[in-house]
Amino acid sequence: MIEIIQLLINGILLGSILALGAVGATMIFGVLRFAHFAHGDFMAIGAYFALTVVTVFNLPVLAALPVAMLLTGGLAILIDQVVYRRIRRVQPVILLIASFATALVLRSFIQMVWGGSNQVYQAGIQLPWRIGPFTLKPDHLLIFAAAAGLVLIVHLFLSRTRMGKAMRAMSDNMDLALVTGIPANRVIMWTWGIGGALAAAAGVFLGMDTRLHPVMGWTLLLPIFAATILGGIGRPYGAILGGLVIGCAMELSTLIIPGTYKPAVAFAIMVATLVFRPQGIIKGNA
Amino acid sequence: MSLLSAEGLYAGYGGVDILRDTHLRVEADEIVVIVGPNGAGKSTAMKAMFGLVPVRRGQVVYRGETITNQPAERMVSRGIAYVPQEANVFPSLSVTENLELGAYVLRGSNVPRMERVFEIFPRLKERRHQQAGVMSGGERQMVAMGRALMVEPTLLMLDEPTAGLSPRLIDETFERIRGINQLGIGVLMVEQNARQALAAADRGYVLATGENRYEDTGPALLANPEVAEMFLGG
Repeated sequence: MIEIIQLLINGILLGSILALGAVGATMIFGVLRFAHFAHGDFMAIGAYFALTVVTVFNLPVLAALPVAMLLTGGLAILIDQVVYRRIRRVQPVILLIASFATALVLRSFIQMVWGGSNQVYQAGIQLPWRIGPFTLKPDHLLIFAAAAGLVLIVHLFLSRTRMGKAMRAMSDNMDLALVTGIPANRVIMWTWGIGGALAAAAGVFLGMDTRLHPVMGWTLLLPIFAATILGGIGRPYGAILGGLVIGCAMELSTLIIPGTYKPAVAFAIMVATLVFRPQGIIKGNA
Repeated sequence: MSLLSAEGLYAGYGGVDILRDTHLRVEADEIVVIVGPNGAGKSTAMKAMFGLVPVRRGQVVYRGETITNQPAERMVSRGIAYVPQEANVFPSLSVTENLELGAYVLRGSNVPRMERVFEIFPRLKERRHQQAGVMSGGERQMVAMGRALMVEPTLLMLDEPTAGLSPRLIDETFERIRGINQLGIGVLMVEQNARQALAAADRGYVLATGENRYEDTGPALLANPEVAEMFLGG
């Protein structure tokens, strides 16, 4: 029992990170109709942006977080306007392949600038708290709190602001959004900005929890897509739920199978969702 | 000066002209209906005027200003609102949110605009927190028209507003359209229910294979034996 609860704590932690990535990926899918394969690498570059801020200005990671989010959001908008915008009118599969190329370029860029070896934000060992039989690192609480805060901000944005509603409208019915006079390109830019910023946050949290590595985001792409599909493609609230479920399932699976198979668990859930409930937990618009 | 006029329109998809030398005109405060057999280019004519189908020749003029092939955003800002035939609501959004988005191009408070829409469609006020996707066909049509009215248009374009509705709702819809028109909003609509639509309209156009065939007042078209025989099913 104690082991299960401990794994659930770890699962929620991983789930929060996945959720932040999945919200962005699902919003991008909702508005632009393609699976964004460079999303994991947005996470990675966001984590590295934060690393530079931490080392150059000697700041705590959480202070570097907003800078990394801003830079990655800006980069996402830039990449969209330079690369994706030109091919938006052709088939979505072309966008998908272009995003694959973008992923490779970003990863190589990271290796070029920051090197290919493991890095950490803070050297040294952080002593975990012992609460009864459970262990919890102070960083974990920070990650929970920050992730919950970001999810709340996204919720308020989507449900209260004009731009947030326009984004949901475009995801719902693109043609109607256009004849209503909603400016598509501006909504798309906001979507990339928010998707990129959330990916950066996920990357920074992942870096805090583990380490920084050029493929850190790429390896999480599959669980993120699994969370997106499980939650109903194009549904931000579903993606949050999907992220938490996949995160917990991945951690709990270590009870019965070796930990190296964690991504396979996410993959299995994704396949099962596609077979038995392709619309996701919350009905998506795929 | 007409509210909206189209002169010698040639338009279509992928180099094939569906419209050939089509002309249409809507005066302010008028209800104009386009009828005709399937594939006559009725919807295409309306879409071409709203800039959704590229116009290759001819021009569209709104209050003396040429607006041919302009993006929808600009049409809506000018006061032209368009309601598509199908998929004309945002299903996962609430009624209120659907209406709010209708006024996206406008600044200022949406409250008075929404009150006006609720006066026309009291049913929407009752169901304002409902998700549009789970509403009945008739209610969805109200949301769609309400969304278009939010932009305080001078011209409302309706693509088959009674498609798929029950006979009782069809009558109700035409009555509403007349009510909207009495607020000083010009209406251009495409209709399959040709008899009822012509009865509700000030003027009508009969289109066939993308060309103008007849143009007259609603009652005169209804009384025209040729029109009745060829286009209204005898």
